[in-house]
Amino acid sequence: MLILRALRLVLLALPFLLLPNSAIRAQEAATDIPAAIQAMGEASLKELQQIVADLAATGSDSVVPALTALGAGNLYLDETSGTVLIERGSTYLDPISGEPVELGADADLSKIRVNNGLRRDIAAALAGMTLMSDNPSRRLTAAQGFLANPDPANIPLLDEAIAAETDANVLKAMQAARAVTILGDGEQSVEDRQAAVPLVASGAGRNALTILNSALNGAPEELVPTIHSAIAGLEQERAIWGALQNVWFGLSLGSVLLLAAIGLAITFGVMGVINMAHGEMVMLGAYTTFIVQLVIRQNFPGLLDYSLLIALPCAFLVTGAIGVGIERGIIRWLYGRPLETLLATWGLSLILQQTVRSIFGPTNQMVIAPTWMAGSTEFFGLSITYGRFWIVIFALIVFFMLLLILNRTPLGLQMRAVTQNRRMASAMGIRTPFVDAMTFGLGSGIAGLAGVALTQIDNISPNLGQNYIIDSFMVVVFGGVGNLWGTLVGALTLGVANKFLEPYAGAVLGKILILVLIILFIQRRPRGLFALKGRAVEQ
Amino acid sequence: MLTQALFRALDKKAVWVIGIFLAVAILVPMANLLIPPGQFGHVPTYLVSLMGKYLAYAILALALDLVWGYCGILSLGHGAFFALGGYAMGMYLMRQIGSRGVYGNPVLPDFMVFLNYSELPWFWLGFDNFWFAMLMVVFVPGLLAFVFGFFAFRSRVTGVYLSIITQAMTFALLLAFFRNDMGFGGNNGLTDFKDILGVPVQAQTTRATLFAATAITLALSVLVCSLIVNSKLGKVMVAVRDAESRTRFLGYRVEYVKLFAFTVSAIMAGIAGALYVPQVGIINPSEFDPANSIEVVIWTAVGGRGTLIGPIIGAIVVNLGKSWFTTTLPELWLFALGALFIFTTLFLPKGIVGLWNQIFGARKTVAAGDQPEAPTPEQSADIERGEDPSSFGHEAQPKPAE
Amino acid sequence: MSAHTDTMLYLDGVSVAFDGFKAINNLSIIVKPAEMLAIIGPNGAGKTTMMDIITGKTSPDAGQVLFDGRTDLTKLDEAAIANLGIGRKFQKPTVFESHTVWDNLEMALKKPRGIFSTLFYTASEDDIARITEILETVRLIARKDELAANLSHGQKQWLEIGMLLAQDPKLLLVDEPVAGMTDSETEETAKLLREISQTRSVVVVEHDMSFVRDLGSRVVCLAEGSVLAEGSLDQVSANPVVIERYLGR
Repeated sequence: MLILRALRLVLLALPFLLLPNSAIRAQEAATDIPAAIQAMGEASLKELQQIVADLAATGSDSVVPALTALGAGNLYLDETSGTVLIERGSTYLDPISGEPVELGADADLSKIRVNNGLRRDIAAALAGMTLMSDNPSRRLTAAQGFLANPDPANIPLLDEAIAAETDANVLKAMQAARAVTILGDGEQSVEDRQAAVPLVASGAGRNALTILNSALNGAPEELVPTIHSAIAGLEQERAIWGALQNVWFGLSLGSVLLLAAIGLAITFGVMGVINMAHGEMVMLGAYTTFIVQLVIRQNFPGLLDYSLLIALPCAFLVTGAIGVGIERGIIRWLYGRPLETLLATWGLSLILQQTVRSIFGPTNQMVIAPTWMAGSTEFFGLSITYGRFWIVIFALIVFFMLLLILNRTPLGLQMRAVTQNRRMASAMGIRTPFVDAMTFGLGSGIAGLAGVALTQIDNISPNLGQNYIIDSFMVVVFGGVGNLWGTLVGALTLGVANKFLEPYAGAVLGKILILVLIILFIQRRPRGLFALKGRAVEQ
Repeated sequence: MLTQALFRALDKKAVWVIGIFLAVAILVPMANLLIPPGQFGHVPTYLVSLMGKYLAYAILALALDLVWGYCGILSLGHGAFFALGGYAMGMYLMRQIGSRGVYGNPVLPDFMVFLNYSELPWFWLGFDNFWFAMLMVVFVPGLLAFVFGFFAFRSRVTGVYLSIITQAMTFALLLAFFRNDMGFGGNNGLTDFKDILGVPVQAQTTRATLFAATAITLALSVLVCSLIVNSKLGKVMVAVRDAESRTRFLGYRVEYVKLFAFTVSAIMAGIAGALYVPQVGIINPSEFDPANSIEVVIWTAVGGRGTLIGPIIGAIVVNLGKSWFTTTLPELWLFALGALFIFTTLFLPKGIVGLWNQIFGARKTVAAGDQPEAPTPEQSADIERGEDPSSFGHEAQPKPAE
Repeated sequence: MSAHTDTMLYLDGVSVAFDGFKAINNLSIIVKPAEMLAIIGPNGAGKTTMMDIITGKTSPDAGQVLFDGRTDLTKLDEAAIANLGIGRKFQKPTVFESHTVWDNLEMALKKPRGIFSTLFYTASEDDIARITEILETVRLIARKDELAANLSHGQKQWLEIGMLLAQDPKLLLVDEPVAGMTDSETEETAKLLREISQTRSVVVVEHDMSFVRDLGSRVVCLAEGSVLAEGSLDQVSANPVVIERYLGR
């Protein structure tokens, strides 16, 4: 491996080592690119040939537009000023910079003529420059260019390049380009074209379907079934990828639901309390993020990229403290009366919404995404935006941290004890009021964290929480109470189901269908997927 | 049999309530139509419609009370039944517009012409007939409640779980009715009504008549509810509310008891909606907003649930307050409403009627000697907490709701 | 089938587990018509779970539960089982606290349970007489118009027994009937249950040994979900295993 690479280096360096003159000439020519291009204006065909060769020898990208234009017959000479220009539509461009050029009033344009021999030279020179370039990414771009504009004339060139190619990726692209060219060339033998079909299907990426479909037009009968089967295969593949993409979208929606619902699940599971103001905790978390970013932007602009990270603990503490306040102030007076708790917290949610509306106004606020969350990436055919990606990761981190808290800390132990048997826990010396307050604070704090995450995908408005509260309830009802895994499975299932129904039923109808399905589901499992069993439940 | 039931229904309190609303049904329209404007005692037409609206709300609150106060089912979806009844009435009124719409199409309502409908959707057929529409006012909410309740109660979805899925139901309907292609006018709903039973909806006499109809319907609703809650079935309903599983072990089919109450209640809510729509002149999907349904709950709670007069008082008082706030201090209304929710649940669990009984009933109790008092909600809660603490969160059994 | 044709209650090989914990393990019990059976056993022996299974609250994982020699109870829900003629008194007295004593009995009275027959029900002379009779039996006639919430613990126990009588069941399941009763009330209860068992089958769960002795019936001792010993109280309490596991030395 190592030897091979060393050998290749030597081979690549060989021309320079053996022919110092040519290298020097190339460098000289490189300094002369503008002059050489200008010279094309007055040159004879023979001189043109030389100039093309010289330009090609520079290996510089800047000569490509001029050469391409020359080959296509788009290169003009302004006889008056003696400058060479590229014609594009009705405008004329500078051959090197590509900037539009104002023509003088007395401009006298004439096309720089080329013959077929020269055209071949130009094509070869261009292809050689790019297809034979030392830089694999240049070669790849060239191959992709050939794939996009197949021309049977390029086949020999491609053959040559394929023979010389060492990089597997580039080789694949070249072979695909060759296959596409052959498939599209009616003069090739049916066998060759047939052999090209699978290569097109595997190599041509997203365009493969279009290419194959257009190849169907006027294809000889023997070829049609091959193409059809390739199309069928591709469509199946595409459906699978489409499904995977939907799964990803679903997971991303599910993780948002998970963040919003998990705090609800805790308070409901431990205390049997339905907190209708939970959505408002999410909203307050989002507004905390907004304020944190505002403060940072005004006072510490250097930290702007970290404002979300700084907002996380702030949001947790703010909403957690409000949660403890709600528990101490309202909810503890209503234990054993879950329906009344529901009403009181609803009233509270109205007050919180209206408070925020009076302070920040009813309009949407923006939180800017940090640079590391902007943009997207391709992951085998899946397009993944970083923002969503980080939310999924974040949701999972929160989930597992919560799991850790519940299973590995004294507070978690006490919370589980209270969940299973409140009276017994109390008799064992667990301060149930303290556990209740902490539980409620924890649940609200997590809602605040959800709010931070939501700033990246939703508008921050006083109604933010309302958009998620019913979905969160559905997650809790679906997943069952008393088990965090139920919430995880519930949230992800609902997210994925939502995204799968959307293409068929539309977003709204999809949502309605989900609601109906959940209503039907709790016919079968009135206590959700992961319900507690046994006598404790029955009493 | 029926006469005995009726006799039971007309206990002293119910007779009073029914009598008052029958009197109102006559006196208010008279004060509007017979006393000339400007003279003492005249009730302006807008006020008649406003009061009509409140009475329609009162029917809705009474309907909710039947399931919540007496049967322990906290429905957060009664706004949906109300809106469905309203839509049925709205569809009749739309068909009565005829060719007087903006587009002048004799059959299709304006929004359908606008959305390029070529013919009336099948579910609009028959709504040009008043009695068919009235049948639908009863039938559609009743059927929805029956089907929904059948599934929910059969699988013993109770307590907050039930509340949440009723909320999900009304939310789903909200989303559905917002869609233009549902054929119910989408976002804008149904409006621009012209005639009802051949007379203009806006006319003073029509408005007075609609008010009278609402007041009479309210009186009838009180009668029906009184008939139910004073029967043995009513006692079983309360038994279900207080100790659902015990009622089962007595051999009562709890799911059917609940289904009966839920369906009757939904029908009442639908009728209330149908009376509401011609008086306010519009019905749109925002009526399905889950927040509306919860507001109905607070009317009932404020007035005093588990009583027949409570929800009526609550609906009228809260809506009077709402009218006052939204005209004088609009930005404070949501604060007031939110505070009302919290205050009522914390300090006034039995509502205005409960407070009244506490103040005036207590005096009577002292006079009468050792008349026993019903357990207060706090006591019940304590009993429940002491005896059955592990049930929190798992068993959504209705707690002994006062 | 001949083995259980003359039984009122027939449990065979019944098992139920909650999250792996076997609350009832291969339990087999037979109660004959007009027979009284007392069940004793330590806490967690599965006594209440057994009643839950018979009354349809819990369905067993395995085993046969037959009523009157032919009706499979595992297929039915609570209401259907109650209407077959199985009445249950709970360990914790559960009466309808916001109803009067009279209304509690009226609801329990054996009458059609349908929605509309309940809606239009009016008490007949016979019904009133029957309720009055029961009220006298359970000594609550003086408090018939009071709310059940205001009764003492022992009176609630009596009211619940009265509701059982009103249901007119063929099989009575009585869970700890004498908790919270005075000695004389306990004796009265034993007398009443003996009387009832002349015509109906009665299953009593109780910890109070003198009460069980008063009942003078066959005794079954349960432990860890299955039968530990069976026979007269003397036989059972002489059983060394029972002494070790339940009664103590």
